[in-house]
Amino acid sequence: MTDTATSSAPKPSLRQWLLSPEPASRSQARLGRLYVGWKTFIGNPLAVMGLVIVLALIFVAIFADVLATHSPTVGGDLRTQRLLPPSAEFWFGTDDQARDIYSRIVYGSRLTLMVVALVTVIAMPIGLLFGALAGYVGGWVDAVFMRLTDIFLAFPRLVLALAFVAALGPGIENAIIAIAITIWPPYARLARAETMTIRNSDFIHAVRLQGGSTARILFRHVVPLCTSSVIVRVTLDMAGIILTAAGLGFLGLGAQPPSPEWGAMIASGRRFIMDQWWVAAVPGMAIFIVSLGFNLLGDGLRDVLDPKASR
Amino acid sequence: MSIQETIQDQPIPGGRPPASGVRGATTMSGLANWLRALAALMVMVAVTLLGLLAMTFVIGRLVPIDPVIAVVGDKASAETYARVRQEMGLDLPLYEQFWIYCKKMVTGDLGTSVLTNNPVLTDIARFFPATLELATLGTIIGTIIGVPLGVFAAVRAGSWLDHVVRVIGLVGYSVPIFWLGLMGLLLFYAKLGWVAGPGRIDITYDYLVTPVTGMLLVDSLLQGQYDAFWNAVSHIALPACLLGYFSLAYISRMTRSFMLNELAQEYVTTARVKGLSERRVVWRHALRNAAVPLITVIVLSYANLLEGSVLTETVFAWPGLGAYLTNSLQNADMNAVLGATLVIGVVFVALNLLSDLVYRLLDPRTRSR
Repeated sequence: MTDTATSSAPKPSLRQWLLSPEPASRSQARLGRLYVGWKTFIGNPLAVMGLVIVLALIFVAIFADVLATHSPTVGGDLRTQRLLPPSAEFWFGTDDQARDIYSRIVYGSRLTLMVVALVTVIAMPIGLLFGALAGYVGGWVDAVFMRLTDIFLAFPRLVLALAFVAALGPGIENAIIAIAITIWPPYARLARAETMTIRNSDFIHAVRLQGGSTARILFRHVVPLCTSSVIVRVTLDMAGIILTAAGLGFLGLGAQPPSPEWGAMIASGRRFIMDQWWVAAVPGMAIFIVSLGFNLLGDGLRDVLDPKASR
Repeated sequence: MSIQETIQDQPIPGGRPPASGVRGATTMSGLANWLRALAALMVMVAVTLLGLLAMTFVIGRLVPIDPVIAVVGDKASAETYARVRQEMGLDLPLYEQFWIYCKKMVTGDLGTSVLTNNPVLTDIARFFPATLELATLGTIIGTIIGVPLGVFAAVRAGSWLDHVVRVIGLVGYSVPIFWLGLMGLLLFYAKLGWVAGPGRIDITYDYLVTPVTGMLLVDSLLQGQYDAFWNAVSHIALPACLLGYFSLAYISRMTRSFMLNELAQEYVTTARVKGLSERRVVWRHALRNAAVPLITVIVLSYANLLEGSVLTETVFAWPGLGAYLTNSLQNADMNAVLGATLVIGVVFVALNLLSDLVYRLLDPRTRSR
């Protein structure tokens, strides 16, 4: 990058190089596409706001130890420091265990991020693989997989997740598993639909004629092409994941006390809602801002990666 | 979100046109074609219902507690254990157990709730009307406000109103429903005193209204108990508005998208060229055509409120199916949990089927293909 900027010859500027209609190499073409996408993304202030919120969440989660002013789990003096309103020492007040709500929110960001990341990491490959396989192989494999997704989609997501958690037992790990189990079917359907449109295209035939195995076609050619639309879908779903996890926490089925999960914090602040409203209000605000961020980011990404679907 | 995308990922058991596989002779009349599609749909629904049963069956097996020990206790002798195990049918092969389970479920035997000591089906029948009442009112609110809002947003795309609708939608998709409910209680009940607090009705009116349909608003009106009616209204107002908001967020967004689609069609230009008033063009011509997919969206949002009601009912101590479900969950009452899950699943499938049928019935294009 630096050599283009420093060279004295009448070389094209970096921008021209990126936007060149005849890229000289594959990486130039890729960078050019990336640049155009980035420009589109930057042109959408709401999407940028979403990105900023998500980056802020990641930042807070990484530096929680530095940013927190108190311990997230050990409270202060129960006689004098319970349920204090927001002040200079306790920025968002204290809860019924005399714990600093601000510090708990800061540490809770780690749990939120962990839930989102793990659910994505579990559900996305499953959906991609099943969907691509069903769409590519077709026949009875397709029929079986699609009936399977029908069954999962026949339950409201939260209700199914509740039933799974009831069976597996409460806890944040089980909540993550339950959400992942209930969330993959739409991804499989999406990947299947995409696969069916490219299954019979010339380049796939070419690969097959050259002797490429089914596995090679699936992993090297089909799955990469389905990925961008699935990523968009997953990003749009991340807010839903956060809300479901918070709902499970609120019902006492997700993260268990004393862990500073935001949904569980609302549940414990519920008893004091009439007089000490901040105990429940602040974690809810945090959930709201973060899921808003993911929604805005998802909308923006969709405009860049999947222009067909946006309206 | 485009309509294709939305319809595609809705759990309609026949999301893809099932007619394509069974299309026979080209001379087949529209109605016969439609009936054939209907039959294919019915088969699909039957398979889905069987799948629902399989799902609750599997979840029931996942429970790490040995059901035999739960009955006989951990001090029982090996013989007693074996006998009870046999009585409970747990020594049979899995597929036989599943067959027995299916037979029981289909005949309405969902087991007995440990918590209430009633058959689960009786419990559900008692709690369901409250949920129905709440979700219905929520959908009505969402439709009455959401549809006009979406139409205006589409007509004046890019205006401040359009942005307001967009923000309403974004907030609706991002805010935790239980938190918004709590904040609503704080503001409208505790601070302003505009509405009554949690529960369905004040304790003074309890048992005054004889349950006929189980829906308090209907029952109290039928029996002319207007005091009780207004009390019930002030109790239901807040949770219904809350659910209505979430349904509104979805409906207005979809309406806007459908209307934008219709307003770009040529017949709209034709209507304008003929000199029709803009109001007539929008409300009579465009909205009429957008109405078909819109009805399916409204039915789907009704189904989605089932999900929203689980958390809402917990916040408002609303004695409905959602509260029953969460209460059983917290007490590890698996029969009740699985029974309620199954019933919610069946209602969900039924509503999706309904939306699909309405679509097929109202849109002539799906018949003549």
